[in-house]
Amino acid sequence: MPDPIIKTCSYILAHAPNFVRYGSKPMREIADDPDAVLPSIESHLRTFQEAVAYAPNQVYIGNLHPDRLNDMEQPWYGHPLEGASRCGPYGESMPEDELLALMKLADDFDLVWLDKETAPILSGALRSNPLWKDSDLKKVDAGMERGRIDERIQHHGSLPLYRDGRVVGCVHRHHEQDDTLKAHVLMENLLAKTSGALALTHLLNNAKLRPDEIDFILNCSEEAVGDRYNRGGGGLAKAIGEMCGCAHATGCDIKAFCVGPLYAILHAAALVKAGLFQRVAVVGGGSMAKLGMKFKGHVSKGMPILEDVLGGLAFLVTGNDGESPIIRLDSIGRHDIGSGSSQQSIMESLVLKPLDKLGKKVTEVDKYATELQNPEVTVPAGSGNVPLTNYRMIGALGVLRKELKREEIDRFVMDHGMPGFSPTQGHIPAAVPFLGHAIDAIRKGEMENAMFIARGSLFLGRMTQLSDGLSFLLEKNPGKA
Amino acid sequence: MLKGKKVIIFGDRDGVPAPAIEKCVTAAGAEVVFAATECFV
Repeated sequence: MPDPIIKTCSYILAHAPNFVRYGSKPMREIADDPDAVLPSIESHLRTFQEAVAYAPNQVYIGNLHPDRLNDMEQPWYGHPLEGASRCGPYGESMPEDELLALMKLADDFDLVWLDKETAPILSGALRSNPLWKDSDLKKVDAGMERGRIDERIQHHGSLPLYRDGRVVGCVHRHHEQDDTLKAHVLMENLLAKTSGALALTHLLNNAKLRPDEIDFILNCSEEAVGDRYNRGGGGLAKAIGEMCGCAHATGCDIKAFCVGPLYAILHAAALVKAGLFQRVAVVGGGSMAKLGMKFKGHVSKGMPILEDVLGGLAFLVTGNDGESPIIRLDSIGRHDIGSGSSQQSIMESLVLKPLDKLGKKVTEVDKYATELQNPEVTVPAGSGNVPLTNYRMIGALGVLRKELKREEIDRFVMDHGMPGFSPTQGHIPAAVPFLGHAIDAIRKGEMENAMFIARGSLFLGRMTQLSDGLSFLLEKNPGKA
Repeated sequence: MLKGKKVIIFGDRDGVPAPAIEKCVTAAGAEVVFAATECFV
């Protein structure tokens, strides 16, 4: 049987400025010094239009090719794109009013209350979205008395939801003593479900598939959904699928820190190749924990807080259609347990070993997609330019193999790499934001192949000192098998 | 320079991770009392 293909993909951003305060770093800093930190955060938040017109966000939803960023003057936030659209070929940027309404739609346990005055405004906003206009929004419309919302916030551990500087609702806890079901965790999980469902809805729309035509869903979101006896137990794949009407699908969650999306695609490809399932959707929702992660660096430099969006993505893996790019299953790069942890040994495992198997030189891969964190987010906070470092490492390995000259590294980086453009949402930047652009370019004959490389920081869970990583080559379809 | 010294190591996932530093300083005769890699993105 021929190798599986990635037929289409979707990418979404959900603008969530009023959730930045609930990101892990902002929340800890606010707790330390609420009077100083919260006003500082609020005064550095972007409007929806500013987030839409931000060039890296336009690249993410497919309106610009990543290479176009090389020609744009930085800072990109200081040069908004005129006439930028919230919609793109791969998905959309969703404003916060629609996100709040969609969050309520995702809520199966009455965890979210919206006040009676605001609820109709939010549901009206969601009704204006073509993908949700026919949804049953009665649950959103209902609303709750403001007094009951205040009482829950003051006495029962509920967390307020904000809009235009005032409280418009809250998220409840679902157990008084269970830390995994407290309001903050449930808010985080609900936002992953909501943004994941938005990504899957766009995937179905892009693929022109009915929801019941998907037969397996793999969720690669990072959130640990579960209860006190099953922390991180899972279930988000089916929760997202249920919300999108995928009644004939089953599925499960894949966990591997930031490299989760690549493992999920690998599993999807294996299920299709084995003939167990025909249409497998890989979906990842956004991570509230990472909102405002670098806000201190941004605020100290007078920048807007750029980590104000949740990212989402989805991919459709199927059997060969004779047209779409194939996942070369003989190209899988693995970071084995016994592999070394240095950057060089990781890249040797993920890049050179697969190339050797395929009989290719470093320069025979048209584009490398490494982790694609937007450097404008990371550099001001002292975290460096991650994609650039990775591209230089790949170029240096090419020099060691005498496949390019040392003085050609900068040209190699420009031709075979790309500027980072992804929101720093953990698993979201994991190489796969380039998949949509790669599928398009390979279909058009502008590229033959692209390699996707991501790494995971297993050591963060303090169970091992190991890193992790995975890679695969996406290649032009040789034609009908 | 490191012989007989106690060393605390903080590695960077995107720079030099802790196990790589640990190998170097151990080879130089130091005793590693704590080593952890962090992720800054």
